[in-house]
Amino acid sequence: MAVRIQPSAFDAGAELMALTRGRGDIGASVTFIGQVREMSGGGALRMLTLEHYPAMAHAELERIERQAHARFDIVDLTIIHRFGDLAPGEPIVLVIATARARQPAFDAANFVMDYLKTDAPFWKKEHGAAGARWVDARATDDAARDRWRR
Amino acid sequence: MTPQITVLYFARLREAVGVQEERIALAADVATVADLLAHLARTDPQKQAAFARLDVKVAVNQAQATGATPLAPGDEVALFPPVTGG
Repeated sequence: MAVRIQPSAFDAGAELMALTRGRGDIGASVTFIGQVREMSGGGALRMLTLEHYPAMAHAELERIERQAHARFDIVDLTIIHRFGDLAPGEPIVLVIATARARQPAFDAANFVMDYLKTDAPFWKKEHGAAGARWVDARATDDAARDRWRR
Repeated sequence: MTPQITVLYFARLREAVGVQEERIALAADVATVADLLAHLARTDPQKQAAFARLDVKVAVNQAQATGATPLAPGDEVALFPPVTGG
């Protein structure tokens, strides 16, 4: 069980190996990586700045991790979220879930991302040719999180 | 000494109010988050305008809060726009 918030890039392969190497109790792992893409409204992105509220970001990600463990039959969970200035194509967030079977691994990774998108205190600011603008939160993210409440 | 709370502002809201962090004296009539927002808007037109224009989310001591959440001396209150991480 690991939650890390850091400015530096992560090595998804190494994180996966750390959770799975030599583990006969694990039959499945699911890895999600979110990365920086072009401007929300279209156009070339120069840089994405991720602001965050450190103490609360840790508290929220750890709460989401605990909820995922309580709700799904999983073995381990790794959540890494970066902050600071990122270039297009750079990874932002990593979620790895391991389990005996594939369904809980898929569900846990999906659940973590849907809650992270609505609850974790990070804010994206896009820097493009015309200047900088804060990304708006999306109703589709609230709807995705709400699915888990039914 | 007057009891105080710390108020933090993030992202677009921080830019709109022009403040990143401040200490506020916790007056007797500021018992909840809603009281605090009303107090801040009354005492600062820039904040009043920002709160009217933006969707403001609140956390108290790093946990999600609502207008009804009570405040105590020493609390850390964070005000911010809907989050956009991940």
